[in-house]
Amino acid sequence: MAITLVILVVFPFLVAAASLALPIAISRYLTIFTGMTTFALSLSLVPAAADHAQVAAGSLLRVDALSVVFVVATTFLYGATGMFAAGYLRLAEGAPGRRYGRRFYAGINLFCWSMLIAPIVNGLALLWVAIEVTTVISALLVAIDDTDGATEASWKYVLIASLGLGIALFATIIMYYAGTTVFGAAYNLSFTKLLAGARHFPPDVVRLSFVLAVLGFGTKMGLFPVHTWLPDAHSEAPTPISALLSGALLAVSFYAILRYYQIAVRSLGSNFPRNVLLIFGLASLLIAALYLLSQHDLKRLLAYSSVEHMGILAIGMSFGAPIAIVGVLLHVLAHAAAKGTAFFGAGSVVRKFGTKDMRRIRGGIEALPWSGSMLVVAVLALSGMPPFGIFRSEFLIVEGGMSDPREEIAALMVVLITLAFFGLSWYTTRTMLSPKQGSSDDGQTLALPTPAKGEVSNWIVAAMVAGALALVILGVHPPAQLGHLLSRASAELAVVR
Amino acid sequence: MAPAPSTYAGVADVAAVLVLLTEFAMLRAPLLRSQVRLYAFQSLVVTGLAVDIAVVRHVGDLYALAIVSFVLKVVLVPGLVLRLLGDADMDLAGSSVLGVASMILIALAVSAFGFFAVGSLQVHSAALPTTALAIAAAVILVAFVLIILRADVVSQAIGFFSLENGVSVASLVVAAGLPLVVEVAFLFDLLVAVVVFGVIMRVHHDRANTLSTEKLDRLKG
Repeated sequence: MAITLVILVVFPFLVAAASLALPIAISRYLTIFTGMTTFALSLSLVPAAADHAQVAAGSLLRVDALSVVFVVATTFLYGATGMFAAGYLRLAEGAPGRRYGRRFYAGINLFCWSMLIAPIVNGLALLWVAIEVTTVISALLVAIDDTDGATEASWKYVLIASLGLGIALFATIIMYYAGTTVFGAAYNLSFTKLLAGARHFPPDVVRLSFVLAVLGFGTKMGLFPVHTWLPDAHSEAPTPISALLSGALLAVSFYAILRYYQIAVRSLGSNFPRNVLLIFGLASLLIAALYLLSQHDLKRLLAYSSVEHMGILAIGMSFGAPIAIVGVLLHVLAHAAAKGTAFFGAGSVVRKFGTKDMRRIRGGIEALPWSGSMLVVAVLALSGMPPFGIFRSEFLIVEGGMSDPREEIAALMVVLITLAFFGLSWYTTRTMLSPKQGSSDDGQTLALPTPAKGEVSNWIVAAMVAGALALVILGVHPPAQLGHLLSRASAELAVVR
Repeated sequence: MAPAPSTYAGVADVAAVLVLLTEFAMLRAPLLRSQVRLYAFQSLVVTGLAVDIAVVRHVGDLYALAIVSFVLKVVLVPGLVLRLLGDADMDLAGSSVLGVASMILIALAVSAFGFFAVGSLQVHSAALPTTALAIAAAVILVAFVLIILRADVVSQAIGFFSLENGVSVASLVVAAGLPLVVEVAFLFDLLVAVVVFGVIMRVHHDRANTLSTEKLDRLKG
C-alpha cells in the first residue's frame, strides 16, 4: 500500500514534466491515462483505509479514511477532465497552438498533482505548502487564455488566495506554538502527533488558530465573505480548469479546514468549532442562493453554485452528528462528479454557441442532444434531485441536522437550498429546453446564434457519461466499501475528548 | 535548553517593532521604487532576527534559514520587482482611495486592535517573547490595509510579501524549532509565488499598459 502512495505522488509529476516535451497528441492520451490510473490506485486504497487507522510511507506521506475521500474525488475529476480537455481544446495551427497545448497539459497535470499531494502529505505545514502550490499553478492556468478578463481574474485570484493562505500560514505557526507547550520547542507537525497531544493544548491559542485557519483556507474554499475571487476565476478560466477548480480545489481546501477541526474538537470540545463553521456556512449559502437568482453567465452560475455547496459542507460539519458528517464526505464526492459534469456541459455549450450569456442561448438540447441533456441532468443533480448522489448526501446532512438541538437551522438550510434550486434550474432549463426561436426577457427578439445540430466532441460526451454514472452510483447504491470508508472517516472527525 | 536571557526578548521586540514601522513607512511611500527598498530593509531586519535567535538559542538550522531568507527576500525578490518597474516605466504609486494621513490613522487603529487582541490571549512562555507575536499580528493587519487602499499591482504584491514577513517574525519568535525542511519549503513557496505574481503583473502591464488596478473592474456580479 505504501508503494501506491509513492506512485500517486510521483507519477503525475513526471507526466507533467514530460508534457512539456512530448507532442500534444501524446500528452492528451497520457493525461487521460494518468488520471484513470491514479483513480484506480486511489480506489485500491479504499479498503485499506477503511480497515486500518492509516497507511503511511515514510514520515512524509500518510493517508487515513478522511484523506482517501479527497484523493478519490480529485483523481476521479483528473481522469474525467483529461477526457473533457481532449475534446474541448481547439488548438491553433502551428507554433502558437503547440506552445499553448504544451503549457496547458504540463499545467493541468501539475495542478492535479498538487491537489493530489495535499491530502496525502502528513502534517499541517506540508499541507499548507501543497495548497499554496495549487494556488500558484492554478493562477497561471486561469491566465492561460491571455484575455483581459482572464488577466483580471487571475490577478484577483492570486492576490486574494495568497492573502488567505498568508492567514492560514499564521494559523499553522500558532498551532505549532500550541504544540510547543506539550512537545517542547522542536517537533514536527504530523497529524498523529498533533491529534495525540491536542487535548493538552492551551485552548485560547487553539481557538485563535482554528478561526484563522477557517478564514485562511476558507478563502480558497470559497466561503463568504472571502469568496470574491471565485466567480471571476471560474468563469474566465478555460473550462477544464473551471471544472477542476470547482470540483477538486475547493474540496482540498475544505480538507485542510477539517484537519484543523479535528485538532480543535479534541482540544476545545465540539461547540466552538461547530459554531464557527455554522456562521461561515450559513452566510455562504445565503449569499450564493441570492446571487444564483440573478445570474446570466452560465459559468458564473455554476461558480455561485459551488459557493452554495461549500456552504452546505460547512453547515453539515456544524451539525456534528456522525450521520451528518458521513453526508458531508459523500457530498464532497458527489459534488465533484456533479460540478465536473455540469462544467463539461457548460464547456460544450459555450463552444457550440460561442457565448456564456444564457439569454443568448436557446435550444441547447436541439443542438447538443447528448451533452445538452446531460447538462440538465447535472444541474438537477446539483439542485439535490434524486436519484443522484447529492440527494443522498443532502438528505443525510439534513437528517443529522434534525437530531441537533437547533433543528431550525436544518429547516433554514432546506429553505435556502430550495431558493438556490430555483436560481440554478430556471435559467439553465430555459436555455437548454426552450425552442431555438426565443425572445429575451423584455420581449425583444435577439439575434441568437443558431448552430447546427451535433456534438462538439465525443470526448466531452464520454467525460459527462462518466460523471453522470458516478452520480447515479453514489445516489442509488454506493458500494459497501465506500460506505465503510465514509463511516470510518466520520468517526475520526467526530471524536471529542 | 538554557533559559533565554532577557536581552534576547528585548532584541526580538525591537526587531518586531522595526518591521511594523517599515510597514507604516510603506503606507506613506509615494514611489513604488522606495516601497520595494523598504521591503528589502524589512526583510533584512527579519533576517537579522533569525541570526539573533540562532546565536542566542543555539538553533543551528536558523543560520541556514537566515542565509536562504537573505538571498531570497533581500536580494532576489526586490531585484525582480525593481526590474519589472524598470521595464514598466511607471514609478508613482497609483492613486490610493484615501490620503496618507487617513491611511496612517486607519493603520494605527488596526494595528492597535491586532496588538491587543493577540496580546490578550495571555500566551505565557518562559522561553518565548510573546510581545513580538502580538506585534507580528499588527504587521499582518497593516499589510492588509496597504493592499486594500493602494490601487496598483506592485503595492499589492509588496503588501503580500510584507505580510509574509510579519508571519516570519511570528514564526521566529514562537516557532523557532520548526523543522528546517518546513521553513525552507515555506520560503520556496514564497519564491514560486513571487515568480507567479511577476508573470501576472507583467501580463497585466502588457495588456493594460499600466500597473494601476483601476481598469480591473470588468468582472462583477
